[in-house]
Amino acid sequence: MFKSSSNTRDDGGSSTGEVSRYSTLKYPHRLNFYDKPPLGDVTIEEFELFAIDRLRVLGEIESSWARNRPPEELKKIVVEQYTKYVPLDSNTAKSADLGEQRRKDHIGHFVLRLAFCRSEELRRRFVKAETALFRVRYGNDDALERREFLKSMMFDWSEMTEEEGTSLRDKLNTLEKSADSNVFLKARWTRIPDLVEKRRVVLKGGWAYMPVAEESALVFNEFQKTLERALEATAKALPRLDEDARIVPLLNNLSQGFLSGANFDWGSSAASTAGGLTADMIDEMARKHFPLCMRYQHEELRKRKHLPHFSRLEYGLFLKVLGLPIEEALIFWRKSFSKITDDKFNKEYKYNIRHSFGLEGKRANYPAKTCMQVIMERGQKDMECHGCPFVTFAPENLQTALMSMYNVGSQDMGEISHLVKGQHYHVACTRVWEISHGVKKGAGLDGESVTHPNLYAAKSRELEKARVKGESGEDVVMAEG
Amino acid sequence: MAILDDGLSPEAMLAFYQRLYPFKSIFHWLNHEPAPSRLFVNREFAFTLQGDVYLRYNSFANADELKKQVCTLNPTRFEIGPMYSARPRDKKTVRPAAFKPLQRELVFDIDMTDYDSVRRCCSEANICSRCWVFIAAAVKVLDCSIRDQFGYKHLLWVYSGRRGIHLWVSDQEAMELTDEERRAIANYLTVVGGGKETKKKVNVRQGSKPLPPGIGEFINLLQGVFPPLILQDQDSFAGEAGAEELLALLPANAQTEPLRKKWTANPDKSSEEKWDDIRNQVKILGKATASGKLLLAAMEDIVLQYTWPRIDAEVSKHRNHLLKAPFCVHPKTGRVCVPVDPTRIDEFDPATVPTVGQLLKEVDEAMVINNEDGAEGAQHLPGKSLFSQHRSPRKAVSSHELGEGMFSLHDLQPSESRSMSAYAFTDRLPAFFPSRR
Repeated sequence: MFKSSSNTRDDGGSSTGEVSRYSTLKYPHRLNFYDKPPLGDVTIEEFELFAIDRLRVLGEIESSWARNRPPEELKKIVVEQYTKYVPLDSNTAKSADLGEQRRKDHIGHFVLRLAFCRSEELRRRFVKAETALFRVRYGNDDALERREFLKSMMFDWSEMTEEEGTSLRDKLNTLEKSADSNVFLKARWTRIPDLVEKRRVVLKGGWAYMPVAEESALVFNEFQKTLERALEATAKALPRLDEDARIVPLLNNLSQGFLSGANFDWGSSAASTAGGLTADMIDEMARKHFPLCMRYQHEELRKRKHLPHFSRLEYGLFLKVLGLPIEEALIFWRKSFSKITDDKFNKEYKYNIRHSFGLEGKRANYPAKTCMQVIMERGQKDMECHGCPFVTFAPENLQTALMSMYNVGSQDMGEISHLVKGQHYHVACTRVWEISHGVKKGAGLDGESVTHPNLYAAKSRELEKARVKGESGEDVVMAEG
Repeated sequence: MAILDDGLSPEAMLAFYQRLYPFKSIFHWLNHEPAPSRLFVNREFAFTLQGDVYLRYNSFANADELKKQVCTLNPTRFEIGPMYSARPRDKKTVRPAAFKPLQRELVFDIDMTDYDSVRRCCSEANICSRCWVFIAAAVKVLDCSIRDQFGYKHLLWVYSGRRGIHLWVSDQEAMELTDEERRAIANYLTVVGGGKETKKKVNVRQGSKPLPPGIGEFINLLQGVFPPLILQDQDSFAGEAGAEELLALLPANAQTEPLRKKWTANPDKSSEEKWDDIRNQVKILGKATASGKLLLAAMEDIVLQYTWPRIDAEVSKHRNHLLKAPFCVHPKTGRVCVPVDPTRIDEFDPATVPTVGQLLKEVDEAMVINNEDGAEGAQHLPGKSLFSQHRSPRKAVSSHELGEGMFSLHDLQPSESRSMSAYAFTDRLPAFFPSRR
């Protein structure tokens, strides 16, 4: 795509053929759906520079997710980042060289496509980050210009007709955003699965009806789908590019930078150092060091002599990262499931346990679930007990649990209930850590708050180790250390 | 050939596969057209053999090949997966990137175990006609939702053989849904959630706002199911424990203290009386007041918590999830996973679903009758020809559309046998085949 034209980039519309279509007014809109590849010459320096600058922005987006920043903060940071590296000004800004800005944005995007189209994992992450960037830019685009942009895209959703409106009126009125909306849109439901999932549209015969305020969701989904398709097409075409000795190493570099930059999974390194746990130490460990989510599942395991699938996964991975090796894990689960036969255990459970250690199937080393995942992946069925107890427990059950397991007194209980009500689950959990470890309020886990069940346990063990050391005045090796 | 018990001896299973299992129908249903297409050829079949050996990634060129392999392996059951981008049997020889699930029916699984906290008649694997009412309500809601809201037409409901029911949707759009879209549909239809320690499991609206679209449509239907099922039959709120259960579901800020007093003073009140008490309380508060509205909304939420379909969402979310094929035999009960007519779901009684043993006995009896009829019958034993001989003209029409060898269990019933006639699914089969043209 970069060798297609012999024209220089500052041709003022004088050239022939395809290029002239884009060159008269190259980028009329600030936003870009990246549905047309850039034509014209690009120097190798620009090729690299534009890509690296864009990568900085995308990298920041990824790390914001990993650090669990709230959406508002994410937006602020993204705006900061792109004004610094890939600025895009609106048509009214006279001072800036709009054409050059937009060309940089355009080329940077397409170079990164080449770098990130090669594996499914890279494609997925690239699409996710690019869509987030587009969202932010869409959000702070000038309303009038955005309308112009949408018009130019000629999307294929339509406005709801009168007849449809009258028959669906009552249902449409129950939607969140339809309060002051006169215009409703109609699209196939598969275009906005996220809105369907949240019941923010009215469905009829496979068509989704929504207030015009939801149009952005349609645009973002369209952006994402177009990009996914385009990346797959690029992946297929990529082998033909291998001839160019200058570009391939450059692309390799770019994609590696992205990969190494944002691996924030807690515990993959800690797991190897912890080690040395045995199956019979878990009971004591659970009492002393586990956060409520894991403690609860452990108690349920002892009570029921069994755990449902998602608990085995969540709790099992937690134990793995805590330092329970595979041999001990098998012993632990075998002993815990005391009501079933060896035969049943080997047939139905052993494989999954080995799988979670990366010894079966695609042999992936699965990380333990973060608090974010634990909170999101809560159980749905009656017997399920995974998920974050601060979210799932009824208030009185939570209080009983905290009182009996963590000695939380009634004076602190009010504060914790308040935090839970305000949906500050990790703050509530951090508070429980502070109370049960006799640390003063606000001190947290060495200043951090709980973001990962394994962080909770690791900090708890560290603290214990430090205290034992302090008391005896010598270097005592802990049983589990 | 005398197989008297309903036992699932390997011999009985083999006879069932050889003589009764409708491989041709399954082929047409999966394939959508007469000539084998990728929808069948690239389709995964997984077998569970005697002794719980599990064989995945089998695939077959046509119905005969499938039948041959099933009769050779004689599995206790087999499952159907997605259509992959390559033939599943070649999985080891193609690049992993070239082996992806592409299409698959949209499937749902409703299992009675998910209702354990709201049914008092049975628990876990057991099921009786009283618990079936839960399933019947779920089928009505789900069937209507899929047809009306999502606009799909080719639905096949199948009894799972023990305590649940499966739904397969074969519309072209449904076949092509991505995992993300499947997840959206499953979550859209999931209303009751929260896990074991959550008491109020329905949280789909704020305060007393109207129910969101997709749920509101069904509240009238479920309010009809609720009194006979929950208040009378299950008597879910009886006794002190029941009263506590009910109180936990009422909003704290809706002035429910009088109710608590009433119920502690008189713990023998039935569920119905307690429900009436709440209704009276709404009247006392006034329907237009804030707390009256809250209480009314809470009553609706309770109805949903006890009767809304509890689908096993994980089954629906991924294209590559395997689901037991229709007409398989449940290994524990011996019952055949027969298709169910959703419009007559109330009449369905799992206890009358035929078992393998029963069916084989009926075939044997039919053979005797045929033999007595004269020489002609003797040539048509056993198997396919038997079915074609018994085919009525009306059914022949539908068979013609679907290709040769169309089969129905109904056809093979001797007229005096009633065990299968209740389902009469022959009449409905054509509707399950989406047309590609």
